Amino acid sequence: MSDQHASESAGSPVVVNNNTVDAVVAVILFVIGVVVIFEARRLGAGWADDGPGAGYFPFYIGIILCISSLGIFYQSTASKARDTDAFVDREQLGRVVSVLVPAAVYILGIKFLGIYVASAIYIALFMIVLGKYSYVKSVLLAIIVNTVFFMMFEVWFKVPLFKGTLEPLGFLGY
Amino acid sequence: MEELSALMQGFAVVLTPMNIGLMFVGIILGVLIGVLPGLGGANGVAILLPLTFTMTPTSAIVMLSCIYWGALFGGAITSILFNIPGEPWSVATTFDGYPMAQKGKAGQALTAAFTSSFVGAFVAVVMITFLAPLVAKFALKFGAPEFFAVYLLTFCSFVGMGKGSPFKILVSMTLGFALAAVGMDTVTGQLRLTFGQTELMRGFDFLIAVIGLFGIGEILTSMEEGLQFSGKSARINAKVVWETWKELPKYWVTSVRSSLVGIWMGITPGGATPASFMSYGLAKKMSKRGAKFGTGEIEGVIAPETAAHAAGTSALLPMLALGIPGSPTAAVLLGGLLIWGLQPGPLLFVEQKDFVWGLIASMYLGNLVGLIVVLSTVPLFASILRIPFSIIAPVIIVVCAIGAYTVHSAMLDIWFMLGFGIVGYVFKKLNYPLAPLVLALVLGDKAEDSFRQAMLVSQGDLMIMWANPLVGSITTLGLLMLFWPLISKVLSVIRPPKPKEFSEEQPVD
Repeated sequence: MSDQHASESAGSPVVVNNNTVDAVVAVILFVIGVVVIFEARRLGAGWADDGPGAGYFPFYIGIILCISSLGIFYQSTASKARDTDAFVDREQLGRVVSVLVPAAVYILGIKFLGIYVASAIYIALFMIVLGKYSYVKSVLLAIIVNTVFFMMFEVWFKVPLFKGTLEPLGFLGY
Repeated sequence: MEELSALMQGFAVVLTPMNIGLMFVGIILGVLIGVLPGLGGANGVAILLPLTFTMTPTSAIVMLSCIYWGALFGGAITSILFNIPGEPWSVATTFDGYPMAQKGKAGQALTAAFTSSFVGAFVAVVMITFLAPLVAKFALKFGAPEFFAVYLLTFCSFVGMGKGSPFKILVSMTLGFALAAVGMDTVTGQLRLTFGQTELMRGFDFLIAVIGLFGIGEILTSMEEGLQFSGKSARINAKVVWETWKELPKYWVTSVRSSLVGIWMGITPGGATPASFMSYGLAKKMSKRGAKFGTGEIEGVIAPETAAHAAGTSALLPMLALGIPGSPTAAVLLGGLLIWGLQPGPLLFVEQKDFVWGLIASMYLGNLVGLIVVLSTVPLFASILRIPFSIIAPVIIVVCAIGAYTVHSAMLDIWFMLGFGIVGYVFKKLNYPLAPLVLALVLGDKAEDSFRQAMLVSQGDLMIMWANPLVGSITTLGLLMLFWPLISKVLSVIRPPKPKEFSEEQPVD
């Protein structure tokens, strides 16, 4: 689905091609495979006294992972049929990062402020900065959404969510 | 006719006001999930799973499976009105559904889509009613080697029937197995792949993976395209529905064929997405009006929708009867069963009769309720898509984060979710299939256990996989599937195949 759309926004400079990312991912997967194999051997990939060891199964999994990633690496670097379409252009990368980075900051925020407060701030800021909405509208909607979540989880379904190390909502008694 | 009386009992279990209410709630939530980008059947059910912990298993599965039906219905709304497939399995519906909407026949297209979804699901449920008890009875005789052979067949079919690079399917699968191995070994109690991190002892929960891969990954891909929705509006009134219904029986051949394709692809882990494409392709080839497909033929809506729904429903058969899910969503439902203390598999039909037949009865009712709900509420759901993405996106990310946290009440899981989201984004762009990863993560421990038990029995001799005709034929079939990409290559050298124009458009699920 995504590759069909990628060609539409051809105006922006391409950051990286599909085959390059493919190769890099293949290398990462190969490393994971090697780690699995070593760990499996440490645990005992052979036959223990009472049957197959803890590393018996993961050992073969690691080997298949390594072989397959070598295959992908070959397909993406040496094969004639390799896919040299754009993986992402600068504009697209910008859009993706503009979602990803705030999401990471948001998750960090949950740790201190708890899910409800962090979510409210996140939704409001997302709307103001990326959606260009007015402050009043954004803050109001963020509070409404999180009040609904609060009622749903804490009050109706009795599933307590993370309140954060600072517990800003501690006064509510939940 | 033992099944029929059991089914009647099932209806008695399900038909309480509470369960009927949950059915409506489930369908509405499901359609909502199907319509919103970034929330799909699998991660939608995963996120809502914790809400059902306090319910009885029967009520919980009724609600969750209704969410699933709702999501299957919902995908069609976005495909037809907005040309945006809300779910991968409704991509094929856009080919003829959107042109119909452009011609001002959105009402007919939606009615046809919903009705054929219902027909597909209904045929599949009838099949489940009579086939599942038989499969379960048969599977009661299974030992460890047989179960491992079935697991092998499941995973090898991904390679044999998947599109794209077989290496990528294998990688996706083995990565899932490797992640499943993290944590405490169920047999020896040793810690595996934790590298001394106590937080990793819990292992990777597949629910987190599902939420990240499908939810966050989807948001990132949607964001990349700078999504702006511009769609056709639709109003369905009784007259349109009635006139479309009068027209539908003409296409009964397409319906029957699509249902069969869907059932086959659903039971074998092909899944709803390939089923919808295959059925559309077949309809195009076999229909008298095949040349006009793509310009707004009602048959081009019927075919993929019937097959997708039939496949989505039949995917529950191996989940119930064998404990081996046929799709990521079925895998999530299986995860739910485990959490409620039910062991999916052949014994379920013996020990939990009420539950199983309640679920099957709820499939009949749920789809009927679904048809009524979607036919009457389309304008409402279509208006949801007009909410700008900059409001929907943060709310969905928040919902995903909450969903990830509630699984184990662990902060670290939210980070894993984000990590899986990035993996999902990259994998999707590079055409790695995600379904094998999820299924391997769910079934990893069980597949490994049955493998080790089989090896224990045979003292490490792999020939136990061919010890009797049953296990031997399943294993051979599995290996045939695994090497199918190679075999078909050899075959094509010997005898060059006719060029297939359609398979190029088919995405990997």
